[in-house]
Amino acid sequence: MQRLLKLLLIAVLGAFPLPALAALNILACEPEWGALANELGGNKVTVYNATTALQDPHRIQARPSLLARARNADLLACTGGELEAGWLPILLRQSGNANIQPGKAGYFEAANYVQKLEIPARLDRAEGDVHASGNPHIHTDPRNIALVADALAKRLSQLDPDNAAHYQARHRAFADQWQAAVLRWEKQAAPLKGTPVVVQHKAFPYLSRWLGLQEIAVLEPKPGIESSSGHLSEVFAQITRQPVKMVLRAAYQDGRSSEWLAEKARIHAVSLPFTVGGSAQAQDLYGLFDDTIQRLLAAAK
Amino acid sequence: MFRRKLIASGISMMLGAPLSAFAADNAEMLQIRNEIRSMKQSYEARIEALEQRLQRAEAKAGKADNRNAQAEAVTAQITSSAPSSVSNAFNPAISLILSGTYSSLSQDPANYRITGFIPGGEIEPGTRGFSLAESELIVSANIDPNFYGRLTLALAPDNTLGVEEAAVQTTTLGHGLTAKAGRFYSGIGYLNEQHPHAWDFVDAPLAYKAFLGRQYGNDGMQLKWVAPTNTFLEFGAEAGRGSNFPGSERNKNGTGSYALFAHVGDDIGTDHSWRAGLSWLHNTAKSRTYDDLDSAGNMVSNSLDGNSRLWLADFVWKWAPNGNPAYRNFKLQGEYFRRQEIGDLTFDTVNLASIDRYSATQSGWYLQGVYQFMPRWRVGLRADRLDSGTVDYGSVNSANLSAPAYNPSRNSLMFDYSPSEYSRMRLQLAQDKSHQGVTDNQLFLQYIMSLGAHGAHKF
Repeated sequence: MQRLLKLLLIAVLGAFPLPALAALNILACEPEWGALANELGGNKVTVYNATTALQDPHRIQARPSLLARARNADLLACTGGELEAGWLPILLRQSGNANIQPGKAGYFEAANYVQKLEIPARLDRAEGDVHASGNPHIHTDPRNIALVADALAKRLSQLDPDNAAHYQARHRAFADQWQAAVLRWEKQAAPLKGTPVVVQHKAFPYLSRWLGLQEIAVLEPKPGIESSSGHLSEVFAQITRQPVKMVLRAAYQDGRSSEWLAEKARIHAVSLPFTVGGSAQAQDLYGLFDDTIQRLLAAAK
Repeated sequence: MFRRKLIASGISMMLGAPLSAFAADNAEMLQIRNEIRSMKQSYEARIEALEQRLQRAEAKAGKADNRNAQAEAVTAQITSSAPSSVSNAFNPAISLILSGTYSSLSQDPANYRITGFIPGGEIEPGTRGFSLAESELIVSANIDPNFYGRLTLALAPDNTLGVEEAAVQTTTLGHGLTAKAGRFYSGIGYLNEQHPHAWDFVDAPLAYKAFLGRQYGNDGMQLKWVAPTNTFLEFGAEAGRGSNFPGSERNKNGTGSYALFAHVGDDIGTDHSWRAGLSWLHNTAKSRTYDDLDSAGNMVSNSLDGNSRLWLADFVWKWAPNGNPAYRNFKLQGEYFRRQEIGDLTFDTVNLASIDRYSATQSGWYLQGVYQFMPRWRVGLRADRLDSGTVDYGSVNSANLSAPAYNPSRNSLMFDYSPSEYSRMRLQLAQDKSHQGVTDNQLFLQYIMSLGAHGAHKF
C-alpha cells in the first residue's frame, strides 16, 4: 500500500515540472532585482520574475504560479517599502516556505539599503496610496542599484557559502563596470540638468534627483488615483504658466492622459522603460539606463 | 582731466540737448559721450562679476546648509526607524471594512425560500430599504517566529457581534506545509474562503446559500501542503466541530466534519492565469432543525439526523492585457456543487413527530464573469442554477412533505465603481426565481470601504 502511494506520488509529481535543484532559486518581485540577481549570480542562480515591466507592481495578484514559485524559492528579492503590500503577504503566508519569511536570510528588501525620498510627513489615505516609508521606486537611480548590489551579493554569499567566491568576484566585476556606466550616463545626460518635466505617477523621484530633472506637476491627483479630466486641465493651466519639456510615464502605465497633455501643450510624451523589459532596448540593467537616457535626450531636443 | 570731463559731461547731461546746440565742438562732445558709455559698461561688468561671485558663495553656503539638513534628515530617519520603546509599537495591523446597502425587493424577504432545498444558515436576501451590511474588523499580526494570528469580527446591523474568523497558523513549518487552527472559512471551493467584502456581487451565489448556508466556516484544524512543483499544486485537509449548516451542534467528542480539497493553477503566457479545484465536505448532522412548509402549505418545524456529503468543483480564469489588471481585466469563475444527504427526518417535531428515512441528491452551479472595461469601472453578470434532483421523504413522510420538481434560478447584473483601491460602490439588479411560482425582482445599492492597514487579497 505504501509503495503504491509512493508510486502514485512520484507519478503525480512527475507530471509537473520540478524546479531546478542545483542552483539558488530566486523569486524576484520586480524585473530589476531579477536582472541584478542574474548579474551577480550568473549560472549559480535561477531567477523567476514575479512581474514584468508592463505590469503595475502595486496591482499584482497573488497568482497560483507565484505561490508555486514562492514555495520553491531560496530567496525572495523584492523592493519592499510596502510596494508589494497587496500580494506579497499572501505568498508568504500560503506558500509554506519557512526560508523566505521576513527576518530570514531568504527575505531581501532592496529599499532597506538606500536612502528613501518623499517620506510622507502626514500618513493619511486622503493623500492617496502613500507609502509610510517613502517612495519605493528606488531603482530609477543607478547609484541605488549599486548600493543594492553590494547588499544582494552579501546575501547570496550568505545563502550559498560554497559559491561565495563566485558571487564576490562577479560583484566586483559588476560594481566596476556599473560605476563606469554611471559616469558615462551622467556625462550623456548632462544637458538634461534642470529640464522641467511633468510625471504621470510619482515613479521617478530618484531618476529626477539623479539627473537634476525638475518635476513641475504630477498627472495623478493623488498617488495611485487615476487622473481626472479636471485635474488634467489644472496641470495644463499650470504648465502654460510654467512651461515644461516633456511628460514622463512608465511603460506599464496607460498613455492616454500623457498623450492628451503632450498634444495639447505641444510637448513630448515619453514612455520610459522603467525597468528591465520595458522596451526593446532595455533587455538588461545597462540597456535600461541607456534607453532611458536616450529617450530623455531625444525629447529634450 | 578725467574728472573735468566727467563734470562737463554731467553738466551737459543736466542741461541736455539745448546746451549741445551751443557746444563749440561736436566731435569733442561725441568723444566724451563714448567715454562715459565705456565707463558705464566697465562698471556694470564689474558689478555683474561681483554679483556672480556673491551668488556662487551663497549657493555654496546653501549647499552646505542642504547637506547639513540632509545629514539631519538621515539621523532623524535612523532614529525614527529605530524600534521605539512605547508599548503600542507591537500593536497588530488593524483594518476595518465599512459596508452598507439599499435593497429594493419586489417580494417580502420573510417569505424567501429555495424550493426543494432544506434551508440552513443565512439564505435570505436581506432587509428592504436602507441597512447596514456587515462591518468587519480585522486584526492580524505575527505572534512569534512560528505563528501568525488573525481575528475577523463581524458587526451585524442588528448590533450583534460575530466571530467570523479567529485562527492561528504556522509560518515556519516549511516543506510547503501550513497548519491552521481555530475558527476559519474552509478552503473548499473558490469563493468560500473569501470574505463578503471581496465578493464581486452583493450576495453569495444561490448554490452557496442552498448547500453551505451562504459560506462554510468551522471551528477546527486545517493542514495544507503546496507541492514543490513549478505548477501550483495544493492539497488540504480539515477536521472540525461541524456545527454549522449542513452540519449541526452535536454535543459529542470527536469531529463533526471533514473536508479534503486540492487546487491546481498556473499562468498561460503573461495574459492568462487560472486555478481549478476539487473539494469534498462531509458533515454529520444531529437534530438539524429547520422550518418549512408542508404539502398543505402550513409552516412546520422538522429535524434531520444524518450525513451530508458535498462534492465541489471550482475554477477561475483571469485575463489582463500583459498581465496588468490596473486598466482592463476579465475574470470568469464557476463552481459546481453536488450534495447527497441520507438520514432520518422527523416531520413536525412539535406535534406529529413522525420519523422516516430521508435521502436526497441535489446539485447546482453558478457561473459569473466580471469585466473591468476601464480603470475604476466594472460590469458583471452571474447565472445561478439549482437542480432539486431526487428527494425521497420515505413512505410515511411523503404524505406530508413533497419534493417538487423545480429548478431554482437567478440572474444578476452588476456595475461597480471604485474611486480608489479602498472604496467601491455597486449597483446590482437581479431576477430571483428561487421560490417556485414567485419572481423576486431585486435592486441593490452597496458601498464597501476599507480603512486602516492595506489588506492583501487572495487570487
